[in-house]
Amino acid sequence: MITRSYEGKFKRMNRRELLKLAPVLALGTFAIPKYRGRALKRGLAFSDWVSARMFRSGHLAAIFADMQLTPFAKFPVNDYDVDDPGVDLDKWTLAVSGSVEKPGDYTLAAIQTLPKFRQNTRHVCVEGWDVIGRFGGARLADYLKMIGADLSAGFVTVGCADDYYESIDMATALHPQTLLCYEMYDEPLTRSHGAPLRLQIPTKIGYKQAKYLTDLKVTSVLERVGYWEDQGYSEFYGL
Amino acid sequence: MHDAMLEIMSDKGDQVTTAVYEHPLIVRWCHWLNAISLFVLAGSGLQIFRAFPSFGPKIPQHVLINWPKAYAIGGWLGGALQWHLTFMWIYLGTGLVYVGYQLFSGHFRQILFLPRDLGGVWPMVRHYFFFGRKPAVTEAYNSLQKQAYTAAIGLGVLSVLTGLAIWKPVQFSWLGWLMGGFHYARIWHFAVMWAIIFFLFGHLVMVVLHGWNNFVSMLTGWKKNPEYGPR
Repeated sequence: MITRSYEGKFKRMNRRELLKLAPVLALGTFAIPKYRGRALKRGLAFSDWVSARMFRSGHLAAIFADMQLTPFAKFPVNDYDVDDPGVDLDKWTLAVSGSVEKPGDYTLAAIQTLPKFRQNTRHVCVEGWDVIGRFGGARLADYLKMIGADLSAGFVTVGCADDYYESIDMATALHPQTLLCYEMYDEPLTRSHGAPLRLQIPTKIGYKQAKYLTDLKVTSVLERVGYWEDQGYSEFYGL
Repeated sequence: MHDAMLEIMSDKGDQVTTAVYEHPLIVRWCHWLNAISLFVLAGSGLQIFRAFPSFGPKIPQHVLINWPKAYAIGGWLGGALQWHLTFMWIYLGTGLVYVGYQLFSGHFRQILFLPRDLGGVWPMVRHYFFFGRKPAVTEAYNSLQKQAYTAAIGLGVLSVLTGLAIWKPVQFSWLGWLMGGFHYARIWHFAVMWAIIFFLFGHLVMVVLHGWNNFVSMLTGWKKNPEYGPR
């Protein structure tokens, strides 16, 4: 189909067509420092929203055979401050508060009365490396029942001996593979790996699996999300 | 409107130029939004890579390549992840809209590389890189273009799938399994990025070789003095 046109008319049409590309300039928001931070936060929040929608409580993280384990000596230790914050293991208790029927201080022995689960799962660090570790502990879901937690609350938050802090959504807290972990490779946790108690959550990124726990709170209100999240990392980061 | 042809009379009335409507608005939007997203994803992806620039074990760590921070986007891992996890949605969205448009409009037939196009690739390569004669223009996209633009879509799909496998290795464990596991999915994601960059390099060379009128068609939709007649 061929039509006649004229130079002037063609030029005007081309200009109109070019102007129709204007919506592309919306990406310019990211080029302006004043708006960039907000736009990126919104984008990350959207990703987190999609992630939360993708999480399936019944879906398990892969488990591995013993021969697939990364040797303990090659399981990296990460921290934001010190490897060993000097927890007094003799006097240690977990201080429980929030929407629970039985708040108070729990000893490791009390937690260890719950059934012990061991799992060989992949630990993924946000940096990009991963290792397969062997972890043992009580299911967080069982512990939440023990303390009479309100399971309709939004989050379980934890505080740590090195002032690290984290929070996880209740759906993840109740997932069968989420552990209050006190053993690695069938031995009690070493100091640098979080003695005496850490979170072990194969459905979450590494930084959410807080070490050297000292406090646990069940709540729907988050004053702060987590050490790294409050600096701009993903809040949900479910795998 | 696609493929519509105009005969344009110059203002002085002494010349006639033809122009064809090559690229609808939706294609142009997707092209530029996707191009900007790809640039940001590659840049931020490399900054993310810098956090663990290896595909081996963590202990001991063997750095594969020290990619300079100056050639990456984000400044630090946290920043890079914000850029990456934001722009991937624009990249995905424009990719889906573009493929959807191609299928829905039927125009994928002009671009899709099929086995019968195989024979036309070498003559085109010979013409561009080895001073061979220019093959006759018989269709809107020649065999080499079809190969490139079809491969680009394939690579786009792979970049999304490999990305999904490393972003959600538990929820999309089957995807990771197809790729050999989380560890390998990370390698494939990196490799696919380089394949896309290779395509991009070729694409930019061709854009330069084919001149201003051709480039403008991706801005306004119209290409003056096309090489082929009405279709």
